[in-house]
Amino acid sequence: MKKVLAIAGIVVKELYRRKDFYVLFIITVLLSLVMASVNFFNDDKIVRYLKELCLLLIWIASLVIAITTAARQIPAEREQRTLLPLLAKPVSRSQVLLGKFAGCWLACGGTLVCFYLFFGLLAMSREHSWPLLNYVQAMTLHWMLLGIVIAFVLFGSLVFAAPSSNTTISFVLVLSILVLGRHLNKVALQFSEPGRTITYTIYYLIPHLELFDVRDLIIHNWPLIPWQYWAAALAYGGFFSALFIWLGCWAFQRKPVN
Amino acid sequence: MNSAFGVANEETFSPSVAPAQNSSRRASSAVAIAFENLGVVYPARLRGESPKLALKNLNLRIEQGEVFGFLGPNGAGKTTTMNVLLGFVKPSSGGARIYGLDVTDTASRQKLGYLPELTYYYKFLTGRELLRFYAKLFDLPQSEAERRIRDLLKLVEIEHAADKPIRSYSKGMQQRIGLAQALINDPRLLVLDEPTSGLDPIGRMKVRSIIQRLKDEGKTVFFSSHELGEVETVCDRVAILNQGEVKEMGSVEDLIRSYNLNLEQIFLKVIGFDENGNALNVAA
Repeated sequence: MKKVLAIAGIVVKELYRRKDFYVLFIITVLLSLVMASVNFFNDDKIVRYLKELCLLLIWIASLVIAITTAARQIPAEREQRTLLPLLAKPVSRSQVLLGKFAGCWLACGGTLVCFYLFFGLLAMSREHSWPLLNYVQAMTLHWMLLGIVIAFVLFGSLVFAAPSSNTTISFVLVLSILVLGRHLNKVALQFSEPGRTITYTIYYLIPHLELFDVRDLIIHNWPLIPWQYWAAALAYGGFFSALFIWLGCWAFQRKPVN
Repeated sequence: MNSAFGVANEETFSPSVAPAQNSSRRASSAVAIAFENLGVVYPARLRGESPKLALKNLNLRIEQGEVFGFLGPNGAGKTTTMNVLLGFVKPSSGGARIYGLDVTDTASRQKLGYLPELTYYYKFLTGRELLRFYAKLFDLPQSEAERRIRDLLKLVEIEHAADKPIRSYSKGMQQRIGLAQALINDPRLLVLDEPTSGLDPIGRMKVRSIIQRLKDEGKTVFFSSHELGEVETVCDRVAILNQGEVKEMGSVEDLIRSYNLNLEQIFLKVIGFDENGNALNVAA
C-alpha cells in the first residue's frame, strides 16, 4: 500500500506542477463569473440556467483533466523511459497501475473540490442558500464517475499504441455513454435480430455513467437521493473501476517494457 | 566541476557495509546472478520480418563481490540480458535468478540498484524528491531514507542543486542523480548499463572511482560498457557477447595472459575484427 501511495503521490505532484488544471480552472471561473455577473431581473429560472451552464463547464473540465491525465500516465513513462528505473525497484506492474489510478483519482478529487467550492460560493451569492448534502451527493457521484473513466482510460493506454488515439477514443466513448447510454434499450426495440440482441448486450455491458450525473440535485435543489441508492451507485462505480483496473493489470503484465 | 567529485567521494561517503578483503570475497561462494540456458526471441514487428534471436542459451554465474564486465558490440544482447535480469523482458527459454530468487519475483529487486544507460527520471521532481520517492519504494524507514539521501547527495556532489527540479540539471548532474538513486537502498548488487556513457573524462573517472569503492565494500557490480580501458581497470571477470552468444569469458588477467593481447585487441579478435576494425574472414 505504501508503494502504491508513493506512486500516487508522484501523479498528484505532476498534475499540480503542470499548467492544465490551473488553465481549466481559470477558464471555468472566468466564464462562470461573466455569466453570473449578468442580472436578468433576478429571475429564478435564469439563475438555474446559469447554474446549469456552470456545472456543465465543470463536468467538461473535470472529464478533460481526468482523461488527459490518465491517458498520458503509462505512455509517458514508456516514452520518457522513467518506467525502467521504476520497475527496477521492488514494485510489481499491478502496484504501478494501482498507484497511477489512485494518483489520478485523488488529483481529480482535489480539482473537483476546488470546482465545487467555487460553484457553491457562486450559487450561494445568488440564491443565499447552500444545500450541503446535495453538494456532497453530487460531488461524490461525480468523483466515482471519474474513477470509472480513469480506470477505463488507463486500460486503454495499455491497449492503444498512441496516447492521442486513446484520448480521442475515450472522449468519444465516455460522451456517447453519457448522452446515449440510457436510451440504448429503447433503440434496441427498433432493431430486428441480431441487431436487437447486440444492442441489448451493449446496454447491459457498458458502465452506465449517466447514473452518476445528478446535477439536477443542485440545479433545482431537488430532495436528496435515498442514501442506499447513493451507496449502491458508488458500489456499481467501484465494481467497474476494479474491472477496468484488473483488465489493465492483465494487459500490463503481458507488455514488454524495453 | 573540477572540485573533485571523486575526491569528495573518498572523504564524504561513509560505507554502510565494511570493506571486504578480496580474499574473503572470493571465499564467499554466494551466487549473486545466475543465468541458466537463457534465450530471448523478439517477435517480428513487421509482416514478412522473421523473429529476432536476441539471446541464445546464455549460461552465466556471477558471484557475490565480483565486478563483472559485460562486453559486446551494439546489438549483441547486453541490454536484453539486463532487461531480463530486471524483469522488463520475459525470457523465451531458460531463466535468471538474483540471490536465488527468480527475476519474475519483485522481491529479487529488493537488494538491487540499477543505473540505466541514459537519464530517465521525472523532470518535474527535485533531486531530493526523486530520491525520497525511490526510498519509499524500498520501504526504507523515513529516518534512514533521509540519512541515505543526505549521504548520497554528498557522494554525487549535487547537494547544492538537491532542491532544484531535475529538468534544470545538466547531463552530468542527471547521470549523478541516477547513480544516487541506484544506491538509495544500499544494494548488494548493482546493475549499471553503460554508466559512463555521455560523461566527460572527469565524470568518467569519478564514476570509476565509485565502482572501485563499491567493489571494496564487497558489492557485486554487473555492468556493460564500451570503455574497455575502464573495464580492464575495475573488472574481476568479463564476458564478451556477440550475436546473442557468449564468445569468451574469464578473468581479465587470464584473458590478457592467454591471448597475449590487451583487452581491446582481445575484444576485436573475439567478435571477428582485426586491430584496424576490419572484419576478419572467419571461414578462411
